[in-house]
Amino acid sequence: MTVLPAYRLEPAVRRRTWRELREAAVRRAPPPLTGKILYLEKLTVSFDGFKALDGLTLYVDPGELRCIIGPNGAGKTTMMDVITGKTKPDSGNAWFGHNVNLLALSEPEIARAGIGRKFQKPTVFEQLTVFDNLELALAGDKSFLRMCVASLTRAQRERIDEVLETTGLTSFRGAQASTLSHGQKQWLEIGMLLMQEPELLLVDEPVAGMTPHETERTAELLLSLAGRHSVIVVEHDMDFVRSIARRVTVLHEGRVLAEGDMDQVQRDPRVIEVYLGA
Amino acid sequence: MTVLRRILSTSIDRTGASFLALVAAVALLAPVLNLAVPESSPLHWSTFVLTLVGKYMCFAMLAMAVDLIWGYAGILSLGHAAFFSLGGYCMGMYLMRQIGPRGVYGHPVLPDFMVFLNWTELPWFWIGFDHFWFALIMILLVPGALAFVFGWFAFRSRVTGVYFSIITQALSYALMLAFFRNDMGFGGNNGFTDFKEILGFDLQQNATRAALVVATAVALAASYIACRAIVGSRAGRVLGAIRDAESRTRFLGYRVESFKLWVFVFSAVVAGVAGALYVPQIGIINPSEFAPINSIEVVIWVAVGGRGTLHGAAAGAVLVNYAKTYLTGALPEVWLYALGALFVLVTLFLPRGLSGLLPAAVRAR
Repeated sequence: MTVLPAYRLEPAVRRRTWRELREAAVRRAPPPLTGKILYLEKLTVSFDGFKALDGLTLYVDPGELRCIIGPNGAGKTTMMDVITGKTKPDSGNAWFGHNVNLLALSEPEIARAGIGRKFQKPTVFEQLTVFDNLELALAGDKSFLRMCVASLTRAQRERIDEVLETTGLTSFRGAQASTLSHGQKQWLEIGMLLMQEPELLLVDEPVAGMTPHETERTAELLLSLAGRHSVIVVEHDMDFVRSIARRVTVLHEGRVLAEGDMDQVQRDPRVIEVYLGA
Repeated sequence: MTVLRRILSTSIDRTGASFLALVAAVALLAPVLNLAVPESSPLHWSTFVLTLVGKYMCFAMLAMAVDLIWGYAGILSLGHAAFFSLGGYCMGMYLMRQIGPRGVYGHPVLPDFMVFLNWTELPWFWIGFDHFWFALIMILLVPGALAFVFGWFAFRSRVTGVYFSIITQALSYALMLAFFRNDMGFGGNNGFTDFKEILGFDLQQNATRAALVVATAVALAASYIACRAIVGSRAGRVLGAIRDAESRTRFLGYRVESFKLWVFVFSAVVAGVAGALYVPQIGIINPSEFAPINSIEVVIWVAVGGRGTLHGAAAGAVLVNYAKTYLTGALPEVWLYALGALFVLVTLFLPRGLSGLLPAAVRAR
């Protein structure tokens, strides 16, 4: 299984990226499971005695669109923080594919390894144009000196146009990002993730504050991405989850409470008790 | 050559071209008006004016260095006077060695202040400063290395915003105290002065002074082009991205620390070169150049001119310093109040500085 869309990188970059990944990958052997894109095993994170994650174990298949739900404080955001390197767990394992130990990498290294994250609050570069936002998100060597002399190749331009098309922002390409609506900023941010050619997309509450129409467009967008990328969506909006979910994981107090399709999960008495029934 | 042409064509806009033309005009006019135009003519530039122009251009470079990191990358340094002074001290050491046996005590090797302290031999860190090329390397290296080490620790520990500003201020203050000590070997509170020659040319000669003004103009133009090239490139947009949403930039896969570090080092080097050009024209360097107020003044120049424009910063430096030259002569007790009031007024009413007025004026026409 390829962890990186390596064929899309320039040879020198590819060699370096692979080397970095190899060096960063840990001494211990990977878990004896095969064919998953994300392995989270027995993750525990505590803040001042409060266990935000308590032995969380979760696997995600390649190409899967997984929804994660759970009441406030269930550990959804902390889990994302661990995957993207923002928070280091007290114990447990987190592997991206078979070769990448997420716990040994920094945030930019994880991003370059192929995990993109969309924050709850849309964060785009407000002072730059839509096009520039996407340009900065391009995959490749991102060192200071390289960026001083970088210019866009035809393939990269086409890639940006393609993402503009996917996210429905083609007519806004020259607009300053601060002039976009809330929903458009969310799409732009998803577009920026796509520019990085990620294997795995983490999307935190994509439809919070969206109009019904925008919510629908977002559902379509995420569904069109599944299959080509693995997507993990954290969301509170149940209708939205129902419309896109194939598999739903319910978190509660830092653990997985239930997993299955939406109907199964909704019938589970434990889930009804802690979350849906409340 | 093609790279240079690309940089010039893509990153120098009309304002930039006018700025460069102005600097070139100063570089051409300074020697002519001072040396060729007779003193009786109203167009004649006296030695005083010549020195003033050179000094303003050094300050313009310093302001540009601060604007590069503050205006474009959002890093507010309140310690850039330190890099400026270190560059100045490196040049000063060379100039001191050029005095040779012509000092008051007539010692063949040791500068006067060392003889006065009863030192018998040159400290190791003065070795090599009798060569201009060595001093030149040190002018680039010393401020750059200090900025590298300092930035490495600060940015890696993710020290940002006001905390970063405070520690840069502390850095400058600590250096000032250190340079005030006689046993540091840099002339204590008197610093270096009474220079004779640079590269064998008499510093009191108008021709030498005119040449220094031309050199300063060239350095100013070169720094402007280099800064423009950085901010006009994708790296410049990454810096803007870091300023606006640092953690987003990090999750896009950029090493934010290394971007900040490199631009900070570059800025420090520019400041150092400005300091090195300042010293032979002013004729003195002492620890008061490290004073915290100096760094803060630079920030005011940039704010007045307009941050994030480069040429605005340069214009701000010249205008504020012209006001300073005038006011400290005419009404010395008013100057600090005027400076403070200027900063408050600009912050309140001209958030984009004087260059914020410029496009509006053009539109009105």
